[in-house]
Amino acid sequence: MNWFARQVKKIIFIDAPYTAEGKPSRYNRMWHKTVLAVCAVSIIPLVSITAVNYFLYRRSLQTELIQPIQSIASLTKYSLESFLEERIAAAKYASSRERSEDLFDQEKLARILSRMRQSFGGIVDIGVIDSDGIMKAYAGPYDLAGKDYRDQDWFGKMLVRDVYVSDIFLGHRQLPHFVIAVKRDNEQGQSMIFRATIDTEGLVQQIQIAGHIQQSDAFLLNREGILQTTSRLFGEAFQKFPGRLPPYAEGSQLIEDLEIQEEAYVMGYSFISGSPFLFVIIANREDVLSGWQTYKTEMLAFLAISTIAILIIIMGITSTWVERIKQADLRREATLHNVEHTNRMASIGRLAAGVAHEINNPLAIINEKAGLIKDLLNMPGGNPPDKEKLRKQTDSIIQTVTRCSEITHRLLGFARHMDIKIEPVVIDSLIRDVLGFLEKEADYRDIHVTMHVSDTLPTVRSDRGQLQQLFLNLINNAFDAMKKGGNLEISVSDKDPNHVVVKIKDDGIGISQENIEHIFEPFFTTKKSKGTGLGLSISYGIVKKLRGTIYVDSELGQGSTFTVTIPVERPA
Amino acid sequence: MEKTLKVLIVDDEVDLSGTLVERLDLRGFDAVAVQTGKQALHQIQHNEFDVVVLDIKLKGEDGVDVMKQIKQIKENLPVILLTGHVSKEANEEGLKAGAIDYIIKPIDLEDLIVKLHEAVAAYL
Repeated sequence: MNWFARQVKKIIFIDAPYTAEGKPSRYNRMWHKTVLAVCAVSIIPLVSITAVNYFLYRRSLQTELIQPIQSIASLTKYSLESFLEERIAAAKYASSRERSEDLFDQEKLARILSRMRQSFGGIVDIGVIDSDGIMKAYAGPYDLAGKDYRDQDWFGKMLVRDVYVSDIFLGHRQLPHFVIAVKRDNEQGQSMIFRATIDTEGLVQQIQIAGHIQQSDAFLLNREGILQTTSRLFGEAFQKFPGRLPPYAEGSQLIEDLEIQEEAYVMGYSFISGSPFLFVIIANREDVLSGWQTYKTEMLAFLAISTIAILIIIMGITSTWVERIKQADLRREATLHNVEHTNRMASIGRLAAGVAHEINNPLAIINEKAGLIKDLLNMPGGNPPDKEKLRKQTDSIIQTVTRCSEITHRLLGFARHMDIKIEPVVIDSLIRDVLGFLEKEADYRDIHVTMHVSDTLPTVRSDRGQLQQLFLNLINNAFDAMKKGGNLEISVSDKDPNHVVVKIKDDGIGISQENIEHIFEPFFTTKKSKGTGLGLSISYGIVKKLRGTIYVDSELGQGSTFTVTIPVERPA
Repeated sequence: MEKTLKVLIVDDEVDLSGTLVERLDLRGFDAVAVQTGKQALHQIQHNEFDVVVLDIKLKGEDGVDVMKQIKQIKENLPVILLTGHVSKEANEEGLKAGAIDYIIKPIDLEDLIVKLHEAVAAYL
């Protein structure tokens, strides 16, 4: 479990995910952005290709799987139509071949039946009905001679038609039958009807053949939607078909998505012309498309597995790289920290030289005053020294000691910490402190320092130590650039309510255009052995750290102006 | 009786130079203190001095420059540099520029007196 957790942690970059302000850390943002970008360029094409494939394959596979159903509907339509046509033709032939009175002859009719049975299967009986609807002659297993058909529906229809094919019905033997009737005129011009009853076995056989294909169900319906043959799915013959009856059409038709009793079906159908029948072949959509379903599942599984694999690889690689960048940054920061420390030490060293000199003077005064007191006390002659004079000397010593302690306090006030520590800082008094260190140097080198401070200057929240270092570097540089009697102008103003602008303007040697581009680069120096080349690059780093800006404006021989902008509130 | 040595002290710290004058006076010197190079040159032009004690760092002035100007007026006037520098190199530079000796602040008075006598003796 530990191993697993370690691997997951390696893949999903988890390392100080949030900053102290509750925002995602820089490296987490970097990780997220990289993962998103790389995922976008790798997973989007994969998903697109899969989607295109999906739709193309679905179309072609569906055509391939569904189309046969329509073909079967079409083929069956022709075979059923020819089945009926054959029998209608036989009935027509049989009725027209004989004279009309011969048709009324029972024996002759029996012979016709026997001949017809020899040629075509399924003929149960035949009969001849006169124009009044009375069965005049009958050959077959039942006693139907003399039966009156006048009131029957089909008889009515025969008055206007030459051929009639009935719905399927159960005959006397409870076997399904249908009737074919053809009309002819007798020699006297009267209509007579030749009627043949045909059992449905021949039809059903053909329908069953169709139904064996594609796990489908094939059956006949009449135009009222009553099942004419038994359906595997929708019940026995003569029950109502639960689905909606499709609209009439000439050829075979296909309905790809038909819902019956909350199941989806594919239905092929064809109206059998010259009959009340409608051939239907129907299959469960899911069964038909099972090939597609398998393919679809495989394709989606492939997509999912490759996406997961890509994600794991991308996240793993990104985590490794972000971790490396982070380590490199940490090392760089540590180096920078050392460099800053060096710079700080160097400037403290420079301060120390000044401070030593500054302290030496008061020490020399104390020394002389104390020496004088001793001299006065040791004066030959035994006269007590003038008390007033002694008091004057001791007062002077005390004053000078105070002067020394001010110097040491100032030095101690020079912040030693190097990490960012945000606190309220009054920029102008901070600059005055820095100038305090350089006061003597300015005195000796006759450098005139003037300072202009805006009345509305806000207190900024920033890092005191970093700002001290920054201004010490800049003012030291200005001092180095100036000759004896130079002028240093420092102005502190509020550019807008959110920024304080400090301009440090010297009238020193200036910077050439060639050098100006490089002055913020580390180790670039024009001071030869005197400089480390780090002061301005560190100053630049400090300004960036404090979310400010720094730029220089300089002309060779005219002097330089460094402009620093510090935000009043350091943004995160 | 030994000759009273006339000493010119040039230092911008009045407290220091004033006290030094008083102490040297107590020891039988005739010391005068000035604060600037200009005052020093004026004194030298108008008065006779046996030796000059000159602070190397004057306000707005370089002690070594002042010394060179003194030497231009009176080449044989010995100058002892008064310095805050502990580093030998900086002080050696003063010697190269023409100083006879240097003394580091805070001043050891007895040491200074020895140096004053030595300086004067060197130019006799």
